Amino acid sequence: MALIKEIDYGTPAAKSEKMVTLIIDDTEITVPEGTSIMRAAMEMGTTIPKLCATDMLDSFGSCRLCLVEIEGRNGTPASCTTPVAPGIKVKTQTQRLKDIRKGVMELYISDHPLDCLTCPANGDCELEDMAGAVGLRDVRYGYEGENHVFKKMDGVANDLYIGKDESNPYFTYDPAKCIVCNRCVRACEEVQGTFALTISGRGFDSRVSAGMNEDFLASECVSCGACVQACPTATLSEKALIEIGQPEHSHITTCAYCGVGCSFKAEMRGEEVVRMVPWKDGKANRGHSCVKGRFAYGYATHRDRIMKPMVRDKITDPWRETTWEEAIGRVASEFKRIQGQYGRRSVGGITSSRCTNEESFLVQKLIRAGFGTNNVDTCARVCHSPTGYGLKTTFGESAGTQDFDSVEDTDVVLIIGCNPTDGHPVFASRMKKRLREGAKLIVIDPRRTDMVRSPHIEADYHLPLQPGTNVAVVTALAHVIVTEGLVDEKFVNERCEVEEYKEWAAFVADPSHSPEATAEYTGLDPKEVRAAARLFATGGNGAIYYGLGVTEHSQGSTTVLAIANLAMATGNIGRPGVGVNPLRGQNNVQGACDMGSFPHELTAYRHVSDDTARALFEVEWGRPLDPEPGLRIPNMLDAAVEGTFKALYIEGEDILQSDPNTTHVSAGLAAMECVVVQDLFLNETANYAHVFLPGCTFLEKDGTFTNAERRVQRVTKVMAPKNGYADWEVTQLIAQALGLNWNYKHAGEILDEIARLTPTFTNISFKKLEEMGSVQWPCNDETPEGMPIMHIEEFTRGKGKFVMTEYVPTDERTGSRFPLILTTGRILSHYNVGAQTRRTANVEWHPEDRLEIHPHDAEVRGVNDGDWVRLDSRAGTTALRALITDRVATGVVYTTFHHPTTQANVITTDFSDWATNCPEYKVTAVQVSKSNGPTDYQDDYDEFSRKSRRIAEPVKEAAE
Amino acid sequence: MLHGADRLVLMANQIARAYAVEGEERAVRQTASHIQKFWEPRMRDAITAFVKETGGKGLDEYALKAVGALKPSRINPALGA
Ligand code: SF4
Ligand code: SF4
Ligand code: SF4
Ligand code: FES
Repeated sequence: MALIKEIDYGTPAAKSEKMVTLIIDDTEITVPEGTSIMRAAMEMGTTIPKLCATDMLDSFGSCRLCLVEIEGRNGTPASCTTPVAPGIKVKTQTQRLKDIRKGVMELYISDHPLDCLTCPANGDCELEDMAGAVGLRDVRYGYEGENHVFKKMDGVANDLYIGKDESNPYFTYDPAKCIVCNRCVRACEEVQGTFALTISGRGFDSRVSAGMNEDFLASECVSCGACVQACPTATLSEKALIEIGQPEHSHITTCAYCGVGCSFKAEMRGEEVVRMVPWKDGKANRGHSCVKGRFAYGYATHRDRIMKPMVRDKITDPWRETTWEEAIGRVASEFKRIQGQYGRRSVGGITSSRCTNEESFLVQKLIRAGFGTNNVDTCARVCHSPTGYGLKTTFGESAGTQDFDSVEDTDVVLIIGCNPTDGHPVFASRMKKRLREGAKLIVIDPRRTDMVRSPHIEADYHLPLQPGTNVAVVTALAHVIVTEGLVDEKFVNERCEVEEYKEWAAFVADPSHSPEATAEYTGLDPKEVRAAARLFATGGNGAIYYGLGVTEHSQGSTTVLAIANLAMATGNIGRPGVGVNPLRGQNNVQGACDMGSFPHELTAYRHVSDDTARALFEVEWGRPLDPEPGLRIPNMLDAAVEGTFKALYIEGEDILQSDPNTTHVSAGLAAMECVVVQDLFLNETANYAHVFLPGCTFLEKDGTFTNAERRVQRVTKVMAPKNGYADWEVTQLIAQALGLNWNYKHAGEILDEIARLTPTFTNISFKKLEEMGSVQWPCNDETPEGMPIMHIEEFTRGKGKFVMTEYVPTDERTGSRFPLILTTGRILSHYNVGAQTRRTANVEWHPEDRLEIHPHDAEVRGVNDGDWVRLDSRAGTTALRALITDRVATGVVYTTFHHPTTQANVITTDFSDWATNCPEYKVTAVQVSKSNGPTDYQDDYDEFSRKSRRIAEPVKEAAE
Repeated sequence: MLHGADRLVLMANQIARAYAVEGEERAVRQTASHIQKFWEPRMRDAITAFVKETGGKGLDEYALKAVGALKPSRINPALGA
């Protein structure tokens, strides 16, 4: 595949439906009203020279290169800032224009170094291109005058010269090459919404600067890369590009980090990635990205990566490298032996949201068809299982209702328990853009997240609720809406089960659910709750976005139900700008759930007890299936401790680090006789494994991911698997070793099988994805192009179902021993347990997990900022360093869980959601006290990890 | 850390409490159906056995009734027990 070069139309597309016809260079062209002359010309294939314009940004009109002449108008207007008008006649090339452009370019070049041959942008520089385009042949001014190019002039230091800023680990800023086109500044404002860059100085003195004379790393910059992409010169360049050189081909693929699912061009030289550039046609990200997907892919070649299969008899033994044959043979024989000895249901598997759809599908197929048990689960268990349960119950489909574009039509954004700027950065940028345009914002979160207040954005209401009281708060919002007569009666009568609605309305109207009555435990000012409810119900299109702060609670499913009730009662379902939008954590949470990775359901959420559905699979697979649900992850661990569950195949998941109550998880793992881990690195779970199968990265395999908007997108292999096999091939090898007749030649064949068995995927194939770029399921004969917005005329289940949501306080209570509530979250630069991002330069932004604590709580404990503190809960103890901040309320402490040494999950308890067993990460009663450093447990664990990661020298091992 | 029956009792109570607002008849039915749908057979067997042994010590009223309403596991003869 050649290098993909998107056309730059110079200015964004106009949205108007009204069309305008004009004449450019004697050719008639019709475009939407509001289109710039520059864009209109580009659409007919005429490129007008330009430097400060690019179609990701609003036009600016500073470089004066794009001038045109318009018949009957004076002067030479800039084509980027001049909109089309009916019947005008435009000339893009005349002697006058040529002269002006040459003059402009001469000025630019006279203050620009002429080291083009050795410049990293050589071959991809717009300044160079424009010099060529205007026919620049000589520069009259020379370099004797003032310039920013030379460090010294005539042996004297040049005050205008500024050296390179190389502080950011991924890109450099070389002011000597800057043409002050302002694109980077505008990209940071308009696309990213961070406002980190400014132009300092005036006139000839002006230069781009990150913050107040700070370098990039120290500034507000979040390293999204939007400015680098926007820069027409080498001034902002990726370090990898500087080192390697210009790419020669590219592939479209999908980021493997978060649920936004950004589309990228992997720009390559041979099998080496030069850079990842967000793809403008990507419908989830529209040409934007965050630091993770854009830059943090270096883990693929990190030295910790394991490339050879390994085995050992006991977990106290060192690992022994071996052949694929032996490792796979060991898995097959051990699983067979264990099933023979302990029964069919003594084995199981876990898939991951990091796996492709095809991989998850194969793992569950292996467990169900190969082993005849439904003991398969996925890490979505620990994040979004309540979403599936709640939305299926109320709407009939286990997925979010909108696409990301929908936010452009939203008038009131309601964010509950998620922190999009950190967790879903690219979507956050799009949301912020809408908020800057004037949409209103309500944030329900115990912490003052960046969304609550950031440049040019201020939440209308921030409800800093007490962790664990989501149900009470959302029900109180409903109370206000019902009792103040703000319900959308028409919607409810037409679209919902009316009897259930009435029962629900009577329930929420009860005074016990009022903001006043619940204030005592929610900690919220009733006036604020009432005002927020009124705004949501009456402010126009209302959209609810929520995340793990909703699901990871003992009442996670109930809150999802309450959110769905709220959306229905206000009529906010079934059109652009509204809806219920779960922001999924990992990249393929939606996909893993869709693929039948839960122990009770087959693909498309059909219960295993459904005889018709099961029969379909039995025929396709030629194997009998178990009609009873299997064990969920926590149940597997319980069963292991009890001695009835003995073998586990884990693909791409680190349950020891990511699941709550580490001691419980390790006890379960230690009780098993065969734990197989398939991953990139010897992760924490691998400390308890007997077989390690090396996995590969998203760069080394084909497949699909499904993002939070149900969008199925391609993952494309850009290099050979460094470990020898794509992950789906490894699963296939195990199946073959068990005697199953699996013969997939490539991942597309697995997707075809999924399509045959899954009504929402019927028309999805690699071919379809190539044609459409991406598609949002359901995609079948009824909706051949997929479905960006669901439940338009009726709900998937027919009528919407209201469910009464009683607040039941969690069993995890604070008291005198554990007076504070710990809640957990994530930050931008890291991903989940950090296995990948910790192995990239992203650690420069977040070298360790810190405990956020309110100044008051810190003071009474004598804790200073940066001190080591001990964190105790009923489940365990750990230690980390404190960060004093009033982002958290008194009584609440907060930490991330990206680093294994933090052992944050030693603290979390094994309380879980009533419906799905999704763990209650977000509420743990703790005590904080001063300490001198890591706990003994942390030190011991470090030692244990070090020991269990030993790999024997091949020679020595052979002699044993 | 909770083990065995204690944990199952806690889980069953949580489910029953979530449905309790619907009134006894519906709450018991939905709790039973939830357990039937989401608990693996050995968990259902364990709580049933626990109720037989102890009379359901620690179980809420609706949860206890729901456990009593559980149906036996289905077996696919092609797979055996
Ligand atoms: S990398 Fe992103 S955040 Fe940083 S300055 Fe550039 S646009 Fe702004
Ligand atoms: S750094 Fe690049 S984008 Fe920014 S003003 Fe300079 S040349 Fe333009
Ligand atoms: S981590 Fe998420 S937001 Fe960032 S590039 Fe990847 S998909 Fe996009
Ligand atoms: S491109 Fe139009 S003024 Fe710069």
